[in-house]
Amino acid sequence: MSVTLIFLAVIAAIAGWWLSQQRMLSKPWLEVGQHHDTRPQGPRPIEPAKIGLGVFLAVVGALFTLFISAYFMRMASTDWWSTPMPKLLWLNTAVLASGSLMLHAAKVSAERHRDDASRTALIAALALGLAFLVGQVFAWRELTDAGYLLTGNAANSFFYMITGMHGLHIIGGLIALSRTILATRKDPIDAKATLSITLCATYWHFMLAVWIVLFALFSGWANDFIDLCRQILT
Amino acid sequence: MVDIRSGTDGALGHAEVEDVELYHPHSWWTRYVFSQDAKIIAVQYASTAIAIGMVALVLSWLMRLQLGFPGQFAFIDAERYYQFITMHGMIMVIYLLTALFLGGFGNYLIPLMLGARDMVFPYANMLSYWLYLLAVLVLVSSFFAPGGPTGAGWTLYPPQAVLSGTPGGKDWGILLMLSSLILFIIGFTMGGLNYVVTVLQGRARGMTLMRMPLTIWGIFTATVMALLAFPALFVACVMMMFDRVLGTSFFMPAIVEMGEQLQHGGGSPILFQHLFWFFGHPEVYIVALPAFGIVSDLISTHARKNIFGYRMMVWAIVVIGALSFVVWAHHMYVSGMNPYFGFFFATTTLIIAVPTALKVYNWVLTLWRGDIHLNLPMLFALGFIVTFVNGGLTGLFLGNVVVDVPLSDTMFVVAHFHMVMGVAPILVIFGAIYHWYPKVTGRMLNEAMGQLHFWVTFVGAYLIFFPMHYLGLIGVPRRYYEMGETAFVPASAHTLNEFITIVALIVGAVQIVFLFNLVWSIRHGRDAGGNPWRATTLEWQTPETPPRHGNWGKELPVVYRWAYDYSVPGAPEDFIPQNQPGPDNLTRETAT
Repeated sequence: MSVTLIFLAVIAAIAGWWLSQQRMLSKPWLEVGQHHDTRPQGPRPIEPAKIGLGVFLAVVGALFTLFISAYFMRMASTDWWSTPMPKLLWLNTAVLASGSLMLHAAKVSAERHRDDASRTALIAALALGLAFLVGQVFAWRELTDAGYLLTGNAANSFFYMITGMHGLHIIGGLIALSRTILATRKDPIDAKATLSITLCATYWHFMLAVWIVLFALFSGWANDFIDLCRQILT
Repeated sequence: MVDIRSGTDGALGHAEVEDVELYHPHSWWTRYVFSQDAKIIAVQYASTAIAIGMVALVLSWLMRLQLGFPGQFAFIDAERYYQFITMHGMIMVIYLLTALFLGGFGNYLIPLMLGARDMVFPYANMLSYWLYLLAVLVLVSSFFAPGGPTGAGWTLYPPQAVLSGTPGGKDWGILLMLSSLILFIIGFTMGGLNYVVTVLQGRARGMTLMRMPLTIWGIFTATVMALLAFPALFVACVMMMFDRVLGTSFFMPAIVEMGEQLQHGGGSPILFQHLFWFFGHPEVYIVALPAFGIVSDLISTHARKNIFGYRMMVWAIVVIGALSFVVWAHHMYVSGMNPYFGFFFATTTLIIAVPTALKVYNWVLTLWRGDIHLNLPMLFALGFIVTFVNGGLTGLFLGNVVVDVPLSDTMFVVAHFHMVMGVAPILVIFGAIYHWYPKVTGRMLNEAMGQLHFWVTFVGAYLIFFPMHYLGLIGVPRRYYEMGETAFVPASAHTLNEFITIVALIVGAVQIVFLFNLVWSIRHGRDAGGNPWRATTLEWQTPETPPRHGNWGKELPVVYRWAYDYSVPGAPEDFIPQNQPGPDNLTRETAT
């Protein structure tokens, strides 16, 4: 569970930093009438949707961290045989990363009012997202054909379960992305649609980061890294 | 630093009302059923939670009948008994307490107490309720499924939870339970995002964090915790589902069932326990923190005194929330662990007692020389303090590894957690319902019925759970369907068990009076007016009671003071609402 505790420590640090800005030491009973609202005032405060997505990503982060914790704890058993990683996963990673790049391009274009470029980038991102999912299914097929079945070994089970869970999150992202594409059909792309694009981009970058961590985990580099840390610490 | 006392008449020019994109219902269906109004969703959450809670109450009756009069009721066999235990525990902890505090009170109070029109994502909020209802229905359906509900105990420990020796293990029971939990967690996440972001972004002008009522602090912190802790249960459920349905070996060791070697091998049941309790212990505080918050407000309002040590109360809530994530393994002392781990978890567990005790002192000091009105919310709040102290003290026993090991499987533990996490939060829920019912319906609950309800519930709960500590100390084991003959348990223990059962039946029955009161008072209750308790917080300052959709009419309130300006010396009345700018220069600073 140490991975989870590290994740929580990060969340706690963010929460602590935020609380430290909230005048937690003030004496509210002495402050009548005066207000010390640290929130940005005026017509355009931070969009609630952005904060909402941030909190949601923390929850998703907790979810994957717990899966990773479980992976490490189960790994300690003697019956553990690592699953070989299909080469295809490299291609999939590249596809997911280009999807992320496309969404970033869409966001930048929308902010600079180059609407057509933005729309094209969004469609490209959607196609790349679908391609990633198809690629993942092919990677699964490759493994099952080679005899690495779900129940064969706990490492296989974890691989299928966690990549499946990641895939479900990508599917959710694709649904949101499709809705965003529909919202950008209006001319010109309005502020609301631009916000949706920004949110999609953030989500995609996050899921890319999660995937890279997972890929490192399954390939065993995460292990080497942790061994290294352990050696340094002891 | 901005002084908002501008304008000539002392009152501030109100915040320009932004174009709030409020969803406006067009038909009866969208107004009362598929509503996106947090207040309606709150009532839906609360009604569903109370309804399923009544099922769990009846289950506890059935268990008590077996324990008090073993063998007299033929339909309660060992399998059913374990199914009753499991469903009672799971329903009470998750589907009643969590859903009622966060989904019910959270939805109703967060927008109103913060001066917001609604939650920030009303559509997700609506979905949250419907997923919760679906989760409840899936759970209830397991009573009618082949093999009945799961009897694995509310902790659902593998490997027994998915084996044929446990009711529902190889049937539908465990699958429906896991599916229901997964649905609940997805639904809760949608609601939880709303509660957190509304507190972060939806507060009225002038409502700084340190001006929020403690109720909101409690619900907010508990929601943050729940958002981080429920994923652990989610992961555990998904992995157990894989083990049960697809034959993987996450939790399942090599095992022989009915003389047959199963496919599983190498899995770790302890892994499940870690995941489960990583959720399970924060869950205790997910229930307790909203209760702490609500009880602080009830005591302050009905003792007509500002809460003692507001800042410490806030810090204590935050510290308890953070600490509760590093104590989970104290539920696993008897699973065997490195003694240093045991030492670590015992220490963190006992440290939590510090901020918690601080809160208790502050409640008592708030009461000290207050103008205590012994009305129903206050009675329940007082009942909570006493009960919580009792339950907390036995918690100190169990937090110690050496004391926990012999007591772990006895009735002492049952008594402890029912006091601290069953009776205490339920008393707060009752108090809160008596307190806020006038805002929800515009009418007061009947006082006589309420008094009967309080005294029978409070005294009865003590008659039930106090003797149970004693039973535990003399060694009566928990989870046993039937004790049989033992050398060390005296015959008088059976008499005590009969007594407990009879009291439990009475206490359960008196809840019907409460439910009747809830329904009867909607039409026949005394008219409450807008602010019957003369309270300071914003929900009592709405232009209409019950508040309409959008809560505040045309203009959002502006907050000028903290939530606890009761009995300010020199003020014309003994309370000053949070949205009242004057009387000028009348603060505690000048007064004292």
